[in-house]
Amino acid sequence: MPPVDIQARVLQNTRLSPDCNVLVLDAPAIAAEALPGQFVMIRTSPGTDPLLRRPFSVFEIRREGGAALAISVLCKRVGPGTARLYDAASGEVLPVLGPLGKPFQPLGPPSEAWMVAGGVGLAPFAALTEVLRDLGTPSRLFYGGRTAADLFYTDWFASRGVGLDLATEDGSRGARGFVTAPLAEALRTRPAESPVTLYACGPEPMLKTVADLARLHGRPSQLSTERVMGCGMGGCYGCVVRVRDTEGRPHFVRSCLDGPVFRGEELVWE
Amino acid sequence: MDLSVRIGPLVLKNPLMTASGCFGYGVEYADVVDLASLGAVVVKGLFLNEREGHPPPRIIETPSGMLNAIGLQGIGVHRFIREKMPELRRRGAVVIVNVCGTSIDEYAEVARILSDVEGVAALELNISCPNIKEGGIQFGCDLASTGAVVSAVRKATPLPLIPKLTPNVTSVASFARAAEENGADAVSLVNTFLAMVIDVEARRPVLSNGMGGLSGPAIRPIAVRMVYECAQLVRIPVVGIGGIANARDALEFLVAGATAVQVGTASFVDPFIWPKLLGGIEDYMRRHGIARVADLVGSAQRGR
Repeated sequence: MPPVDIQARVLQNTRLSPDCNVLVLDAPAIAAEALPGQFVMIRTSPGTDPLLRRPFSVFEIRREGGAALAISVLCKRVGPGTARLYDAASGEVLPVLGPLGKPFQPLGPPSEAWMVAGGVGLAPFAALTEVLRDLGTPSRLFYGGRTAADLFYTDWFASRGVGLDLATEDGSRGARGFVTAPLAEALRTRPAESPVTLYACGPEPMLKTVADLARLHGRPSQLSTERVMGCGMGGCYGCVVRVRDTEGRPHFVRSCLDGPVFRGEELVWE
Repeated sequence: MDLSVRIGPLVLKNPLMTASGCFGYGVEYADVVDLASLGAVVVKGLFLNEREGHPPPRIIETPSGMLNAIGLQGIGVHRFIREKMPELRRRGAVVIVNVCGTSIDEYAEVARILSDVEGVAALELNISCPNIKEGGIQFGCDLASTGAVVSAVRKATPLPLIPKLTPNVTSVASFARAAEENGADAVSLVNTFLAMVIDVEARRPVLSNGMGGLSGPAIRPIAVRMVYECAQLVRIPVVGIGGIANARDALEFLVAGATAVQVGTASFVDPFIWPKLLGGIEDYMRRHGIARVADLVGSAQRGR
């Protein structure tokens, strides 16, 4: 289905930290079609400054009695646009365009799903968790942040049967250091005959490490990239990532159309 | 109400066009925009061969605008004809191809190749891209070069020819006249303004290319002034471009002297903008008792 532009009412704005919030948006037409890993473009101002929409992964797809009613997005305040979203009031109306982009391809059992999230890279994994649960896929979340206060929704994931492996750079919760360390250890000790698929979203160095680990251990990986986007529709060519084509030659493709989710082995790291 | 406008020998059903580089190859939007409802679809600039473009970051937002330095990434004219034109024809789009070159011969060759392609209605000549080292703006910043490239492409194609002019010169109007004298059917202006954003913490330009082209509502008043000046100096139609974000802005260009307009950055923000623009123009015409949109063109010019 082609994307739609919804005048979405803010149903709820939950501040998770001094920088991060979850916005629940009344957008049934998007909620009904969105797949985990897809994104929406949100206009943060009715005027021209900020001018461009901002891309956000669909975080949750909220349902009532089977009907998808709302989506939520996980935002981090980094500039004037995201600052407006951090301060958005319930009832405020925001133009939301979506769903956009290529989603994750969730695998059913016997493969296990190991999600790897760095910071607000948690964004696509609530929706993915629900789909994996429907598939009956055993799931684990490797989740890292700078400090304990940067780790959100851990109870939410635990209550849905997701195994948690947490890490913080300051050691205030879980292992001390990057989340890729416990991931590397888990991959090393995983029997070769037990299939596992990696799904990752987070900072570029983390994604590269996940891709390297996936290759080293012969596991498939699906990585959600983050780029500054102009339009989200393929119009501007602003959001490119470098991938290898079928003959192995590197070239730029638009992450809004060909991504944001790519197979780890496709991506060429700058 | 008659919304049609004439660009040289080409009659468009209305004055709205997409701006090159802001609408991909058109097919990206085919499911959300009725391509046949547009005056014309101006597709992304094409060289003879594929081009990789610049590494990211390629865009950065600025107050009421944005900078881009895409570097004319593109699939080349042959792949465009093979892979994109069939769908554009099927959708009933009036296609204007933006033609690029690193030499006069390349411009002429791309124009020649496109001349025989069914569904290509006109050519826009890109002599104004600020983001590449060879070609583009180097032809658009020198009157003799502009004349030479327009004249060479004129000889290579019978299609209506619309050189797209850069605002990064002292007098755009003199370039419009050079284009006219060498056989252009119309001129389009403006391309983006050469600009820069610096990351103060890192003390280096944000864009990988260093500089980029500024577009969006921030440039609109300058573009309106340039369109006004060009329309005074040349007899061929002027296609107005620069920061149009709503029907009022489009009308401003029309009354300044533009026969048609292109919309770029605003369709990034709202891909569904086209029927809103057209509806707003129709409302205005009703309100002012204007039967033909062509009657609005240049109506703000002094002495009219």
